[in-house]
Parts: sequence; structure tokens; C-alpha cells
Amino acid sequence: MRFSEVKNHLSKFTVGIAGAGGLGSNCAVALARSGVGTLVIVDYDVIETPNLNRQYYFKSQVGLMKTVALEENIRNIDPEVKVISHQKKLDKFNIAEIFSGCNIIVEAFDSSEMKEILIETVQILLPGIPIIVGSGMAGWGKTNEITSRKIDDTLYVCGDESTEVSENMPPIAPRVGIVANMQANLVIEILMKIKY
Amino acid sequence: MRILLNNREEEFSDKSISVSDMLILKKFSYKMRIIKINGTLISKDKYDSTVIHDGDDVQMLYLMSGG
Repeated sequence: MRFSEVKNHLSKFTVGIAGAGGLGSNCAVALARSGVGTLVIVDYDVIETPNLNRQYYFKSQVGLMKTVALEENIRNIDPEVKVISHQKKLDKFNIAEIFSGCNIIVEAFDSSEMKEILIETVQILLPGIPIIVGSGMAGWGKTNEITSRKIDDTLYVCGDESTEVSENMPPIAPRVGIVANMQANLVIEILMKIKY
Repeated sequence: MRILLNNREEEFSDKSISVSDMLILKKFSYKMRIIKINGTLISKDKYDSTVIHDGDDVQMLYLMSGG
């Protein structure tokens, strides 16, 4: 299949991205480049200089809302990608409404508490919508310990499922980028199997 | 009873156990996780009241901070 055909197929779908940090910004850019039609991006944070070690932003964007900067970066890559951004903190009560029109949801939060709330809420309130989780990407090296795993048709996980971010185990561009791109790759794999 | 835990067979001496008991017996101490039994998500507030039976397919996913 030619790339133009892949892009044409992906253009019909909507992908939700919960969080626009290291996982979310890199995953969104990969999906935009691949031709996904619509991205629903949710984040409430502002870009800070330390974020630039892994997140898809630029020095000139420090201080901007992540959703605003990511929309701008995606527009500079492909203005045809539709970005619907929400500047808000996701919680049990708004997750279903914000992501209800999505074909797939990418879990791209930093905190494990938020990951848990999102996954539980999506699995219970949006049954049938696959969610792609990122878990375990701190530090460097150990490339081959990063895998992707299908739990069932609605739940997938990318990461090493063991390394947790801490002061001495920071998140850095390569491993975060690997997981973000694995999530994007899984999104494409699932969407390509859907007849439209 | 015998169950599948993350696709591996596990044996317990009891006929059935709660999710909370299983976490203690298996020494799964890490707090942030997702558990599904036969494809159904078990939310954290149901760990005590949900019972695992012989033949159940239990999937557990650890959620590590970072992203």
C-alpha cells in the first residue's frame, strides 16, 4: 500500500491524546505526520524549560500552554490535520464527554494516579474504545526491555512496565520518544484494520 | 484453584479468593495498577468484594509514573 493510501485511510479517524507532555506531544506529531485526520488533545500545563529534554516543543515556546504550542507545531507540519484542544485537567467526570467521539485514546500522562483514573474511566464509561497506555520509560539504555503488549481488544500497553521516574531516573528523550512512537505505531496498526 | 495470571498458570490452595487476597498472597505491593478479570475491569474500590474463581483469566498491568 502506498503512503498516499495509508494517509487517506487514516484521515477518516479521530484519536484522543490525554496529556501533551513527553508521550503526548511526540505521539501527536507522529500521528499528524502519518495522516490521522483529527487529534483531540487535552492538557492544562504550560511549557517549562526542563520539558525540552523530551517534549516536542521549542525554546521559543516556553511559557505557552502545551495545547496551544502543540497545535502550532502540528499546523507547521501539516495544516490539514484537525486539532481539537482542551485546556483542562481530565477527571472522572469529563473524560467520557471529551473523548466520546474518538476511535482510539492514547494515555500520555506523567503521573501513575492519573493513568489509573483515565484507564478505569475509559474502560468503564467508553467500552469498546481501545486505550493505549504508556508505562515504564524512565532512564536510558535497555532498549530491548521496551515492548508493546495487547491485554485485550480495548487495552494495550507500551513501555518496560518497570522503570519509574524519580530524581535519579529522569525521563529523557530517547526512551520517552520510543514509547510515544510505539503508541503511535499501535494506533496506526489498529486503525488500518478498520474498514471505513 | 488454578487461574491464569498475565497468561501464566498460577495455583492457589483456596477454592476462591478476593482480589485483595491475591495481591497479598502474590506480594504485589506496587500501588498503581489495572486489574481485569475475564476482560472486565475491576476498579480499586471493588478489590475486597470481587472474588477470583477457578479458571479465571486475570490480567494485571502496573502503571509507572513517567511520560
